[in-house]
Amino acid sequence: MAELLKGTKGDWEVVIGLEVHAQVIAGSKLFSGATAEFGAEPNAQVSFVDAAMPGMLPVLNEESVRQAVRTGLAVNAIINLRSVFARKNYFYPDLPQGYQISQYELPIVGEGAVEIDLPDGGAKTIRVERLHLEQDAGKSIHDLHPTKSYIDLNRSGVTLMEIVSKPDMRSADEAVAYIAKLRSILRYIDACDGNMQNGSMRADVNVSVRNPGDKLGTRCEIKNVNSLRFVRQAINFEAHRQIEILENGGLIDQETRLYDPDRNETRLMRSKEDAHDYRYFPDPDLLPLDLEQAYVDELKAGLPELPDARKKRFVDDYGLSVYDASVLVAERDTGDYFDSVAKSRDAKQVANWITGELFGHLKKDGLSIKKSPVSAEKLGGLIDLISSSTISGRTAKEVFEKMWQTGNDAKEIVESEGLSQITDAGEIEIIVNKVILENPKNADEVRGGNSKAIGWFVGQVMQATAGKADPKAVNELLRDKLKA
Amino acid sequence: MSIDHKIIQKIALLARIKVSAEEREELASELTNIFDWVEELDKVDTNDIEPMTSVVQASASLRKDNPNDGGYPERITANAPEAVEHFFTVPKVVE
Amino acid sequence: MMILTDLTIAEARNLLIAGDISSVELTEAHIRAMEATSSLNLFITETCEQALSKAEKSDTQRLSGNQGKLEGIPIAVKDLFCTHGVLASAASKMLTGYTPCYESTVTKHLWNAGAVMLGKTNMDEFAMGSSNETSYYGPVTNPWQRVNEPTVKLVPGGSSGGSAAAVAARAVMGALGTDTGGSIRQPASFCGVVGIKPTYGRCSRWGMIAFASSLDQAGPLTRTVRDSAIMLGEMAGYDAKDSTSVNIEVPDYEAALKKNVKGVRVGVPQEYFLEGMPKEIQCIWDKGITWFKEAGAEVKDVSLPHTKYALPTYYIVAPAEASSNLARYDGVRYGLRIEGKDLQEMYENTRAEGFGREVRRRIMIGTYVLSAGYYDAYYLKAQKVRTKIADDFRNSWKSVDLLLTPTAPSAAFVQGEKINDPIAMYLNDIFTVPASMAGLPAISVPVGLSSEGLPLGLQLIAKPFDEELLFRGAGLLELAANFKEKPKLAA
Repeated sequence: MAELLKGTKGDWEVVIGLEVHAQVIAGSKLFSGATAEFGAEPNAQVSFVDAAMPGMLPVLNEESVRQAVRTGLAVNAIINLRSVFARKNYFYPDLPQGYQISQYELPIVGEGAVEIDLPDGGAKTIRVERLHLEQDAGKSIHDLHPTKSYIDLNRSGVTLMEIVSKPDMRSADEAVAYIAKLRSILRYIDACDGNMQNGSMRADVNVSVRNPGDKLGTRCEIKNVNSLRFVRQAINFEAHRQIEILENGGLIDQETRLYDPDRNETRLMRSKEDAHDYRYFPDPDLLPLDLEQAYVDELKAGLPELPDARKKRFVDDYGLSVYDASVLVAERDTGDYFDSVAKSRDAKQVANWITGELFGHLKKDGLSIKKSPVSAEKLGGLIDLISSSTISGRTAKEVFEKMWQTGNDAKEIVESEGLSQITDAGEIEIIVNKVILENPKNADEVRGGNSKAIGWFVGQVMQATAGKADPKAVNELLRDKLKA
Repeated sequence: MSIDHKIIQKIALLARIKVSAEEREELASELTNIFDWVEELDKVDTNDIEPMTSVVQASASLRKDNPNDGGYPERITANAPEAVEHFFTVPKVVE
Repeated sequence: MMILTDLTIAEARNLLIAGDISSVELTEAHIRAMEATSSLNLFITETCEQALSKAEKSDTQRLSGNQGKLEGIPIAVKDLFCTHGVLASAASKMLTGYTPCYESTVTKHLWNAGAVMLGKTNMDEFAMGSSNETSYYGPVTNPWQRVNEPTVKLVPGGSSGGSAAAVAARAVMGALGTDTGGSIRQPASFCGVVGIKPTYGRCSRWGMIAFASSLDQAGPLTRTVRDSAIMLGEMAGYDAKDSTSVNIEVPDYEAALKKNVKGVRVGVPQEYFLEGMPKEIQCIWDKGITWFKEAGAEVKDVSLPHTKYALPTYYIVAPAEASSNLARYDGVRYGLRIEGKDLQEMYENTRAEGFGREVRRRIMIGTYVLSAGYYDAYYLKAQKVRTKIADDFRNSWKSVDLLLTPTAPSAAFVQGEKINDPIAMYLNDIFTVPASMAGLPAISVPVGLSSEGLPLGLQLIAKPFDEELLFRGAGLLELAANFKEKPKLAA
């Protein structure tokens, strides 16, 4: 259900489409052999091709093509066996050729779809319009000199995929969920590291508003938003800005805007009148790209299990709740971790340990799951000790903490610190008898019908055993001995 | 096809070429003549004809993903009209 | 006495191998010839010192018995090719001082084959022109003169005017040119030399400053067909750095010259008969037809119905590509920069000042035909017509193997005569542009003199990658025409 925004004169529906730019993981650039790594000395990762020296020519990177096709397949899209590279012409100092090589009329990937999870537990399909390959531009740095901008072309020519959605989102939440899902998919297939801070993933956000049921309103495009938080804030600001204009009898101008996080507002970058005339035409330096179906099929077969399929499996096979499954599949490493612990163990218990103790500790120490001092194997070992009643759940938390600090196995810790539960019924019975004898008044109370008072006895026994008695056994014994 | 000085002004802006008022008039008349001549093409029936994208009947050749180029910033900026510490510099861009 | 500058490449090669002459002698003779012809303004940059040191190396190399096919042969390179450490100007003010740190693939091949570079030749700015008058470095003068008006300066044709004139003037033994719409063949015809534009994709474009990417091809200009075959054999070949270069083995072009043209089917395209075409052009064309018949070829009329649309199509496609290719000249990374009050003004000042008039005109045309609202009517339409032009040729190959046409509609004209009339200038390329549009190989061979005493050329066009047959046909024309005249202003 679309959430509506309240204006002073009625309800408004916000309509959002996204163009996500994702930097492809590849060793070299889209059309040159310079490396595509992040962060280097100015112009150190630049070839003569990237600097558009006279006479230089582009040659397409096969890895960029492979990643685009895999991404297309991962979003259930049509792969266009013939695609064409086109030049998008405009002048900017960080665009050395005076044009960006992109794809226009015939992109490598056509229509597809991404399913997003809604906060209410439901799901929604967001259609993908297309995915195309293009070159990134260089970087202009404006704050190094009072009257000059400095140009660094290290990023110039790096492979980007532009993934264009249909205007299917109806709230900032949906837009954020869509980007998060896309990011998750890209990271699953190792096509993009999804790092929005470094700019390896960023979004152009198209926002319009309308009265429910009306045709689409005029949209504004907010360029280059580089965090999920900013996407949410930019949409909310922009939607309210447009509503205010419309409610005051104004019209929306189709324009390009920038989001300013410091002021939490969008501001005009350029209006439609001075919009670029990009003069797209097929790049005569590059022949059309023809792919074979067999190649596409092979890539499809080689894709890993994707988050949606994995989520379904976690629910179906492990009996997890949809919520827990969603949380566990969001990152491929987490899903892998869960999979390896949950195999032949109580999956719900495993899920609780991961989303509870493990996530809490990872977050506190700012670690990724791959760097966790408690590996999947070790967490499994801990859970096994609980299952065999060697330790209690409470002791387990203590053991986990020690595992986190030392990196040791649960078993080692339990043994060396004598934390095993007392499971021997005879041993427990001696202690139970002793406690009952020492507290006749309380015993009578229980016998008199106050079954709640039995909890007090459990506590006493646990205290007497330093928590090592099996609480289940203690409970059973007490009930038996204090029967009315 | 008449090309007036307004169109010339627009093209000059797109092409980033300064054109004086005098040149504008000259160019307008030259380009008008050229496009009158080009109008000949309207006589060719091009229905159902594919536009040529390349005379080479082949498809794109792909390059192996080997990082084997770059790493020579001094050569990249060697011919620059203005460069500072391997950055190119331009008049400040205001966004 | 042997005049070294009159030798052909093949002759010089044999003398060098025999040890009768040295590369240093040969190079020195040409350096003297360059001095003697300096008034023709053939070169933008001379590299005589490097040439001599390379010639010395060549002589040593030869003694070691390990030599390339062009070992010690002095040649010139059109200033559109980037050669390491030497100014690459494209005859434009825009590239003032631009010294590449890389070597074009084609020139690299030539140096590997032992060739010696004497210098970078003058040309039309960014290869845009048919008279070599658009050069920022001034026009080139054709070494040929009219018999009755010897003081009138004639154009050498363009855009490879400096290369063609340098070969004709005996300043170099051969030269590299580039051909987009006729830029090798038309100046070859005007200067009385042989010039071949190979099939698009035959030679790498890497390191060659782009004019119109879908049309540009490198090719040699020489005084004989054999010399062109030798040079092209070294220049051609697949290059992984040029996505449009084609991976087909390079045949032995020189060996192809041993075969005659008996039984070869030669087409005479009827649409190349122009009303008002000078009689003497018609006359050499008729002669060419006769020569082929006499040599046992089967000559027949063919029709290429879209011929007349080729030129207007070209003047949409080439400027469109050029407007984009030349966007990189913005004053930021290399070449000229003219400051302004802000970035936009810097761009506009730089590009107004750096580009000459014809280049600016073509950028404007190209920008217009690609702009919103005009793309379909002009650029897309032109690319569709281009398909039809290429189809015409494809159809003709069903009945013929070669096409025979004049190279240019006139002999060399007077400097300044057409420079202010773009369309009159563009009409120079009327016979050369169609083959360019279809990417076909074509060669111009000098076959006679006009009544004014100026050379005239005939053009042969072949199927893609059939340069061997082109050389065989050109060999026949050369043999039959027996063109031995030398320009008055030659060294």
